[in-house]
Amino acid sequence: MKITRHDVEHVARLARLRFSEDQLDLFTDQLNTILTDFDKLQQLDTTGVEPSTHAVNLSNAFRDDQVRPSLAGEEALKNAPAHERSCFKVPRIIEG
Amino acid sequence: MTKALYQMTIHELHELLKKKAVSALEITQAVYQRIDAVEPRVHAYITLTREAALKQAAAADEKTKQGTIPPLTGIPLAIKDLLCTAGIRTTCGSKILEQFIPPYDATVVRRLKEQHAVLVGKTNMDEFAMGSSTETSCFGPTANPWDLERVPGGSSGGSAAAVAADECIAALGTDTGGSIRQPAACCGIVGMKPTYGRVSRFGLIAFASSLDQIGPMTKDVTDTALLMNYISGHDPRDSTAVNREVPDYTRALIPEAKGLRLGVPREYFGASGIDPEVEKAVWEALRILERQGATLTEITLPHTEYAVAAYYLIAPAEASSNLARYDGVKYGYRHPGETDLRDMYEITRAEGFGAEVKRRIMLGTYALSAGYYDAYYRKASQVRTLIRQDFEEAFKACDLIVTPTAPTPPFRLGEKLNNPLQMYLSDIFTIPANLAGLPGISIPCGLSSRGLPIGLQIIGNLFEEEKIIHGAYCLEQNSDWHLTKPSLA
Repeated sequence: MKITRHDVEHVARLARLRFSEDQLDLFTDQLNTILTDFDKLQQLDTTGVEPSTHAVNLSNAFRDDQVRPSLAGEEALKNAPAHERSCFKVPRIIEG
Repeated sequence: MTKALYQMTIHELHELLKKKAVSALEITQAVYQRIDAVEPRVHAYITLTREAALKQAAAADEKTKQGTIPPLTGIPLAIKDLLCTAGIRTTCGSKILEQFIPPYDATVVRRLKEQHAVLVGKTNMDEFAMGSSTETSCFGPTANPWDLERVPGGSSGGSAAAVAADECIAALGTDTGGSIRQPAACCGIVGMKPTYGRVSRFGLIAFASSLDQIGPMTKDVTDTALLMNYISGHDPRDSTAVNREVPDYTRALIPEAKGLRLGVPREYFGASGIDPEVEKAVWEALRILERQGATLTEITLPHTEYAVAAYYLIAPAEASSNLARYDGVKYGYRHPGETDLRDMYEITRAEGFGAEVKRRIMLGTYALSAGYYDAYYRKASQVRTLIRQDFEEAFKACDLIVTPTAPTPPFRLGEKLNNPLQMYLSDIFTIPANLAGLPGISIPCGLSSRGLPIGLQIIGNLFEEEKIIHGAYCLEQNSDWHLTKPSLA
């Protein structure tokens, strides 16, 4: 077993996902199949190989820091499920 | 038999528009008539923008009256539904973005509008571009116009099917692990993934940011060159869009292949899971190129067999981070009525995402989590370096690498849906180019005995799209697969 049902529950919490009991079983099973296959990577000796995080090497792209118009607050809030005045509205997070 | 307007290419229609033999409005109306006739069977689109398109066509006709027009003016194009379109909903094939209306255009969309192209609609896709069959869309699957029981490939399956079924003149797709090239192969059209950094990703809804790239999906190679001319180039809004001159890609449309050195990687042929009919069609195409003056060299890309595993750790890792933004707060779906923030997050995401997206978020979160980072994410990133080095070495001996695009012709709807690993292997030949950032094209190279399209892939070195277009055009001009159309009977 690469990954247990308990691990799947833990990872789901990290990822802010929630699964039913049936789904937990299915995902445990599928993730095991996938990760077992991916174990072939461990056959490769990668000692001293630099990891690539990008395909094309890029250095920083600098530009002058100029003030320019950006998205209006009203526009930015248009797609929000809930908002009040100029804020996104979420369920209460502080008790009291 | 003369071609109907909707069957024509960009360059054919441009000639007619220039001569004022036809109007953009007539072309656009013809395309919508075609959509009305076949869309109920194909389901290539999520959203059609008929009213706006007719206005854009009228505006294009005004431009034509004023003088000479550039090649995209008045041409009806379709846009994959993960490229933002101001005021037009952009869903990414997901319930979580079902009602999302972007406040701005993606840079590529803006560029097409500046050319007075006509935007027909937003095409169907696998949810968040995660899939190889367009079956994970929350709006239901798209059918392959060559055989309605089969998948159009994915994730840009809607764009590919729309082009193949003549429901648009050309389209844009995106390619993270093959999502332009594999559906292009499945639907018998041309699809190109440019070099990472050639086209701005601003306004592309991110899946895996180090791999995603936008590209053309067209009826022939000339149209791909034309679209590349207008979508490529630097963009201050995407710091990875390289500041490098954009050549006129149509100058690479050369019908003979003299001097082109083609590399044939031994790992891509005779591999398990590859259909012999696919292999045969690719070899026949290679012989055509050889007769046109190309030389063939056997090359080796020794780490090919590790590419799928590396990709399906790296891409989900990046996705798990990119998709953290869908939390029911700023935009998108929110589970109603929840009074606890954490419950709201978890139920919103549980209801808003489909199974494949969740699977990849889980895989990616696991690969990045404490204790597993080195064994999975870091290891995969090291293998990515080895794959890049394979290509660097190979391009010392050849100009272009020629392979099959997909291991099999399009499979049946539902065939791989419950077997994620089998589905992932559909991308076996396209993934390496994404990991290495290289440009690649798929062009039609034959039909299987069942009459299903087969695609040939040409991979080039970084920023060498011109050589790819040259090779692809030569093959196209010396064969007629691009003229073979689905009957949609």
